[in-house]
Amino acid sequence: MEELLKVNDISVVFGGLRAVSNFSMTINKGELIGLIGPNGAGKTTAFNMITGVYTPTEGEIIFNGTKTSGKKSYQVTQLGMARTFQNIRLFSELSVIDNVKVAYNMHVKYGLVEAIGRFGRYFDEEDKITEMAMDLLKIFHLEDKADELAKNLPYGEQRRLEIARALATGPKLLLLDEPAAGMNPQETKELMELIRWIREKFDLAILLIEHDMGLVMGVCERIYVLEYGLCIANGTPDEIKHNKRVIEAYLGEEVL
Amino acid sequence: MNILRKSDLKRIVACAILFAAVQGLLFAEIIGPFWELNIVLICINIILAVSLNLINGYTGQFSIGHAGFLAVGAYTGAIMTVKLGFPFEVALVVGTVAAGFLGFLIGLPTLRLNGDYLAIATLGLGEIIRICILNIDYVGGASGLMGIPRFTTFAWVFWIMIFVIFFIKNFKNSSYGRCCLAIRENEIAADTMGIDTTKYKVMAFTLGAAFAGTAGVLFSHYFYIAHPASFTFMRSFDILTMVVLGGLGSMTGSITGAVLLTFISAYLAEYPEWRMIIYSATMIVLMLHRPQGLFGNKELSMKMFGLGGGKDGRTAESK
Amino acid sequence: MDMGSLLHQFLQQLINGISLGSIYALIALGYTMIYGILKLINFAHGDIYMLGAYFGFVATTMLGFSFVPAIIFAMVGAAIAGIIIERIAYRPMRNAPRIAILITAIGVSFLLEYGMMLIATPQPRTFPAVFAADVYHFGPLVVNSQQIVILVSAIILMAILTYIVQYTKIGKAMRAVSFDTDAARLMGINIDRVISATFALGSALAAAGGVLVGIYYNSIDPLMGMVPGIKAFVAAVLGGIGIIPGAMVGGIILGVVEAMVSGFISSTFRDAAAFGILIIILLYKPAGIFGKNVREKV
Repeated sequence: MEELLKVNDISVVFGGLRAVSNFSMTINKGELIGLIGPNGAGKTTAFNMITGVYTPTEGEIIFNGTKTSGKKSYQVTQLGMARTFQNIRLFSELSVIDNVKVAYNMHVKYGLVEAIGRFGRYFDEEDKITEMAMDLLKIFHLEDKADELAKNLPYGEQRRLEIARALATGPKLLLLDEPAAGMNPQETKELMELIRWIREKFDLAILLIEHDMGLVMGVCERIYVLEYGLCIANGTPDEIKHNKRVIEAYLGEEVL
Repeated sequence: MNILRKSDLKRIVACAILFAAVQGLLFAEIIGPFWELNIVLICINIILAVSLNLINGYTGQFSIGHAGFLAVGAYTGAIMTVKLGFPFEVALVVGTVAAGFLGFLIGLPTLRLNGDYLAIATLGLGEIIRICILNIDYVGGASGLMGIPRFTTFAWVFWIMIFVIFFIKNFKNSSYGRCCLAIRENEIAADTMGIDTTKYKVMAFTLGAAFAGTAGVLFSHYFYIAHPASFTFMRSFDILTMVVLGGLGSMTGSITGAVLLTFISAYLAEYPEWRMIIYSATMIVLMLHRPQGLFGNKELSMKMFGLGGGKDGRTAESK
Repeated sequence: MDMGSLLHQFLQQLINGISLGSIYALIALGYTMIYGILKLINFAHGDIYMLGAYFGFVATTMLGFSFVPAIIFAMVGAAIAGIIIERIAYRPMRNAPRIAILITAIGVSFLLEYGMMLIATPQPRTFPAVFAADVYHFGPLVVNSQQIVILVSAIILMAILTYIVQYTKIGKAMRAVSFDTDAARLMGINIDRVISATFALGSALAAAGGVLVGIYYNSIDPLMGMVPGIKAFVAAVLGGIGIIPGAMVGGIILGVVEAMVSGFISSTFRDAAAFGILIIILLYKPAGIFGKNVREKV
């Protein structure tokens, strides 16, 4: 299998606190990986390092053959990594379709002069972007709401829009930060299907942070477990379920 | 797509009709010198308001030092024509570029700041520009630069204003504009969309500053003089009031705000002491009761009156 | 200039700078306290200082008060004005976007300035000499009695403020609100009262600064608060906004730098110096001398 993301021994220190310590991880092309751990274990921090929001104090991150640790967040995105946020961050005063259209900015070829003068590639590309954005919205059943403001969508649709927007950047790796947060069991089940389907359809790898054990165990091929900033286990869902340290640290007897 | 081209054409025709009407009234001397002056001032204020709206309203970077760039344009343009004897066209270009370049230099470091801090920094920079001008004897220091020829005509200001409006409108409706709006909405999310936020912020700031410079050249070549007292913080506040009154993020709002406030201050010309009181009281009442301004971030369009046909937005943009 | 006169010039400007700086510090304290609690840059704060100067003017000329009663009169008057402004203009905006609040504050500032112009005319007024102006010579250095009064008054007022903030009930409540407004509310602290008290205290200090400046320069006018107001904000940012000792130190530093610039370079660049400091500090240490950097949680 081809290696897509290689995280080598990364650590980060915030004012004396070692939020994540010597974390390593490998993601192959097309894999669906879970990252779990109790509250405050450093999952989101690890996420933020991978996506370039924080720079690791030690260690390095290689994505698709390029060293990304030290690069800025937008550069990492341009290399083919996209993410969603635990607390949804949409462009709330923009319409649903504009939220998605923003994501195509990296692929726009027309220049400033063409945009201002409205000639050359401007119209063709704008038409193409609108078309692609509409197609994506259809997949997520949001096409009827294309012109509504993002802030007016109900919660579940906002989550879906955030995923659609991330996909529009054309990622090879998609990172989802607690996508099921605040969803009911039925919605979570649909989300599980959606995640599996996205992976097939868009041919990408997915890294998932999740609290909902059912979701993680159900869809992920491999799971990494963090506790107090340390990676205490990794393996298939079955292995994780029976790993003694994980049970002690996180799952607790009652879960099994 | 064809509709869009047509609708742009329609707008330009409408502008030409408006121009012909006003120009005709000027010729026939139905509009006297007092109102002619105010019409020119309206056009200049519209340029200032829409260019500030690009920075504050679209990109969400709170700049309150716009008068500084106005000053740079006014003085640079005047140096070109008065001191160096270049034609007006050159003065316009140089004044615009000089203000834009300064905006770029200032924007690069300061746009890392956010919210209140950026506001204060831009205010400080605006004042520094003014203080520097006060201390340069070459441009007349505290007594101002006098003897500037009146090159600005109604035709010049009007068509430059139309150019700036179309420039900023088309900018907003492109990928560049969407990136700016995304930054305004959520900078962190914009970053994860692959947007180099600094680049776009500096771009908007530079363009806004450059157009303020254009307005400055037009200003000093209409009023015969460039004086440091015309470019104080109060002037910046004037422009800000226009933008906020109309609604931050609304181009038609900025235009309405500029027209409205220029008229108000023309009527209050005889009571200057009341002018600022009314301005500031308006601002406070507006913020307390309608902080989004007259139009919010929406655009005024025919559709708002139920006449169909959107002026901006997706209806016009998509097919 | 030889070394001796250079040193003399330096020390003389240091004295001038410290007395000017202590006035900046008095204004900056109000800025910093209000920012600490409301996260609001109270643009109108400089105009409260102007208001204070006029109250002091009324007290000394029309009411015939001597220095101490006049300054107390001005402080009480400004405190009431501060409370009223907060009640009318800022309280309804508590949950509004930051930009809206900032614009309101700028609006209040202009309203006070031009309102005062309407009432008292734009002409500067001569502030009466409330005590004999003596000049003391320490070797080649010159100190006048106004400078001593300014410094002593500033120190006394800051000592009182420190006592109030550290040891009284309302002071403790202020610190609690500034640290975490929601938690303070849950602890049963009346937020509105704390905010009113903060505005009262901050305005009173600014008013004292206004009276002292009136005595120092013998002249007051409706726009006198504009530039010192912004400079006091610079002082507050310099020391770390929201931090009370920071405002004191920031004010003194700013005063000294300005005095040095006008002494050694040119007095016309004095105002640019303050803004220069502001921009440098914002770019390199936005949290100020005493502040800690906080970044947005992702």
